[in-house]
Amino acid sequence: MSARAGGTMIEVDRLSVTFGRGRVALEAVREVSFRVEAGAAFGLVGESGAGKTSVLRALAGLVTDWRGHMAIAGTALGRRRDRGFYKLVQMVFQDPYGSLHPRHTVDRILAEPVAIHELDDAEGRIRRALDTVGLGPAFRFRYLILEPRVLLLDEPTSSLDVSVQAEILNLLMRLRVERGLTYLLVTHNLAVVAHMCDRLAVMNAGRVVEELTVDDLRARRPRRPYTRQLLQASLGYDREAAAQLETFD
Amino acid sequence: MTQRPLLTVDDLWVRFPGRNGPVEAVRGIGFEVGREKVGIVGESGSGKTLTGRAILRLVPRPGQVTARRLEFDGIDLLGISERGIRRIRGRRISMVMQDPKFSLNPVMPVGKQIAEAYRAHFPASEREARERALDMLAAVRIRDPRRVYDLHPHEVSGGMGQRVMIAMMLIPEPDLLIADEPTSALDVTVQLKVLAILDDLVTQRGMGLILISHDLPLVASFCDRLLIMYGGRILETCRAAELQAARHPYTRGLLESLPRIDRPVRELATLERDPAWRDAPPG
Repeated sequence: MSARAGGTMIEVDRLSVTFGRGRVALEAVREVSFRVEAGAAFGLVGESGAGKTSVLRALAGLVTDWRGHMAIAGTALGRRRDRGFYKLVQMVFQDPYGSLHPRHTVDRILAEPVAIHELDDAEGRIRRALDTVGLGPAFRFRYLILEPRVLLLDEPTSSLDVSVQAEILNLLMRLRVERGLTYLLVTHNLAVVAHMCDRLAVMNAGRVVEELTVDDLRARRPRRPYTRQLLQASLGYDREAAAQLETFD
Repeated sequence: MTQRPLLTVDDLWVRFPGRNGPVEAVRGIGFEVGREKVGIVGESGSGKTLTGRAILRLVPRPGQVTARRLEFDGIDLLGISERGIRRIRGRRISMVMQDPKFSLNPVMPVGKQIAEAYRAHFPASEREARERALDMLAAVRIRDPRRVYDLHPHEVSGGMGQRVMIAMMLIPEPDLLIADEPTSALDVTVQLKVLAILDDLVTQRGMGLILISHDLPLVASFCDRLLIMYGGRILETCRAAELQAARHPYTRGLLESLPRIDRPVRELATLERDPAWRDAPPG
């Protein structure tokens, strides 16, 4: 697999994800489709249970019970992902400290991906990563050491203070420009999506409610009532607006 | 605000013993709260949560709380006995925490926990307490109180759990509610609904509310007044409506580091922290 300049990097077509079987089966994702061009940043937003993280996990190969079609850089994805896939695509999880071994040294943690992928020049790669991003972010984004082309970002700044969030978001913006990375960003925070992305899909109850550009979001031009309500609620507290909130199923 | 504030805090300190001398988590702050919504905003480690806990004498050992004045409705909160403070806690000043999962008893139906909170403060029969609890569940806009009454905490969603917590804290009709990140774990729409409940209680019952949060825009859109905390100090106090005109470089920095929906920002401002802020006289 190789990344092409321009063209479609991520393709998701009628993706459905089911958890459990029979009567307790839960369809977390229902017929979701979208495309992300190489070098673009695409946001998947929605409230808890919308299915946005399940889409990300299906792409990363962490969910096996899916139907539909997914492709990265023109290559269709099967049930299993090979090592070449993970060199090209890396997932960044919500809580970095949950995925780091507490008793390993920084050096060992950073060297691990290099060892798994049997790459050479571990020291050079780690040094380059530390030089570009610094130690804290190098932890959070240690898979950058593999120099991937696509990052799947799951709520990358949700538990951070705003000043740290600003540093991480600036870093992600810079990396995308410098290295031509493609981002798929999952978040509940519309302001973060507006800042980072060009386009977004709004999800609710497993489905894409609508796809829109960030310009349309900023201009408050969503077409669907669900998106309008989400946008209104994200703009802050308003007693009148709170009284008119509806439940969408 | 009424003539006399509900709560007066003057020169409040919270210290923890450390290997190299005491660590000062709250450093000589002062403010007043009336029958209004006051927001305490700050990043992690600013001392906002300990300020809320100090008011109820809930700072964990070996922390030490001192103040020139810590007075609620004419009562010296630091001077009264342990028994005295227990009569105020829950009954007159209540506290809502961030995560209902840690504050509710996992093996007792949620309605029963609310009824118990009522009976802890008022002489009432079980049946009477049950009726009050059902009324309270309806007051926090739970659609089917009778069904929810018998559910266990693991059977309710995050938003409903938080409303159950609020019902439990409000059933003794406190004069002052301290809410520490009461909605940060909730989806935005649920967050708005929960805040609307608190808002109505302030307007209708004349309760005082201290809302502790890291979310500056949200608190500014909800509260009447804001206290901005950093390094255990209050750096700035302002009317929420006038936040955009805030003067302190820290407050400005917080505002400018936020991504915005309404307009693009090329690069977010990162905070340059001035060590002098920690030592400056309270402003």
